[in-house]
Amino acid sequence: MATTPAAPRSIPAPPVYPDNEAFWAGTVEGKLLVRHCSACGKPHWYPRPQCPLCMSDQTHWKESAGTGSIYTFSVSRRVGPQPFVIAYVRLDEGVTMLSNIVDCDFDAIRIGDRVRVVMKASESGVMVPMFTPV
Amino acid sequence: MSIRRQACIAGAFEHPTRKAPDKTVAQLHAESARGALQDAGLTLQDVDGYFCAGDAPGLGPLSMADYIGLHPRHVDSTDTGGSSYLLHVAHAAQAIALGKCNVALITLAGRPRSEASSGTQPRNWGPNVPDVPFESPFGAVTVNMYAMVAMRHMVDWGTTAEQLAWIKVAASHHAQHNPHAMLRDVVTVQDVLDSPMISDPLHKLDCCVVSDGGGALVVTRPEIARSLKRPVIHVLGAGEAIKGQESGQIDLSFSGAAWSGAAAFAEAGVKPADIQYASIYDSFTITVLMQLEDLGFCKKGEGGRFVADGNLISGVGKLPFNTDGGGLCNNHPANRGGITKVIEAVRQLRGEAHPAVQVKNCGLALAQGMGGVLGARHCSATLILGRD
Repeated sequence: MATTPAAPRSIPAPPVYPDNEAFWAGTVEGKLLVRHCSACGKPHWYPRPQCPLCMSDQTHWKESAGTGSIYTFSVSRRVGPQPFVIAYVRLDEGVTMLSNIVDCDFDAIRIGDRVRVVMKASESGVMVPMFTPV
Repeated sequence: MSIRRQACIAGAFEHPTRKAPDKTVAQLHAESARGALQDAGLTLQDVDGYFCAGDAPGLGPLSMADYIGLHPRHVDSTDTGGSSYLLHVAHAAQAIALGKCNVALITLAGRPRSEASSGTQPRNWGPNVPDVPFESPFGAVTVNMYAMVAMRHMVDWGTTAEQLAWIKVAASHHAQHNPHAMLRDVVTVQDVLDSPMISDPLHKLDCCVVSDGGGALVVTRPEIARSLKRPVIHVLGAGEAIKGQESGQIDLSFSGAAWSGAAAFAEAGVKPADIQYASIYDSFTITVLMQLEDLGFCKKGEGGRFVADGNLISGVGKLPFNTDGGGLCNNHPANRGGITKVIEAVRQLRGEAHPAVQVKNCGLALAQGMGGVLGARHCSATLILGRD
């Protein structure tokens, strides 16, 4: 059976803005932070100071368990110098985020697979949350 | 207030070039503008409304209006990517209905082929875009964000790569009759499956072409359209809708076409079964399948069976689509296919499509656009057009 092993990929650095500095400070410590709203009680993704569900400014960071499942993915075979896997991961906290699936045989990945977060260094050194099958 | 029968498409022009290394983008806008006005039988001096998208050179509509030689009293540079030009038709109809202009010119042009653009390259959305930090590190490009929609559809509904390939096959059957089409060879399902895999499950032939070119439309008051020598094509209904990641509750099972389509059908007072010809935005095969389902041409999940076995081929299937060859084979000028969708619908309603693909007595047509990125955030636009 064909396999497509993971290869190291140069990860573009995320622009750091005033409203996401704390998020990138968290990833350096291995923490995946999700923004929650105190007014409506719901988490949202990607993180914003103002809740996109109710417009409240009473939002705060909460550390995610870093576990979830693959909502959908695509092995990008001819998009860059080497294959990589783009995916939407549904976190157990209930929000779905764009990411990559790494450190595994890409051809064995299936929708619904359980994954956990792993931090990978981007070109600027800022750590980026990616996922690997558990 | 409705725009139903408040405005007509009196002029339409598709620039014949597919590679224009020796022309500027502004020149292509101007040549397209001239083509559409000549088609309508109108002049530069008749234009009092001007529409282009944000990708036109210069600040909004300013440089292009000045370059072409226009003095509009109504301008609009709404930019929703490839669907912009369907919104422009609807917004022009609104402006005409309110008396803000009488003759609206819409132009599009670009040279992505000469500039070596590709759907496998990261898109530069500029600074301060709030979603970019959470997407650019992951290699999000155009093709893989559509591919993820296709992957999900396959798991949810059993859709196959062979079924998606039928969409390209149908487009190629139409493109063989279009002397301007970039890809004129008829392809088979196997040809699509044998083409290189770009991003699972989309092969190279599941993707649209990259072409230089342009297009233009002239939208007028009905009285003006009737005074001209061309067939009178009415705007009957329109819808527009933005759908995104829904604050983390992303649902890729449907597109914004479910919303824009419902609005357009309600305004026009017609049903999907009434449509005789459909231009469906075809950046990728999956784009077509999703929109066909969401517009109600078939039930959700049945798109794969609907497009199979030539059902989209004019003269063969139940729903002739993209009879110019579409973005998949003919042309995707400026990486924005919305204007060519309207142009081919106008050709069909005028009875001026190629005889091999012309729908008999075509009186009611739909044009559907999808701008932005289907798997992230997109703007769907639907137009329903009818012959007088």
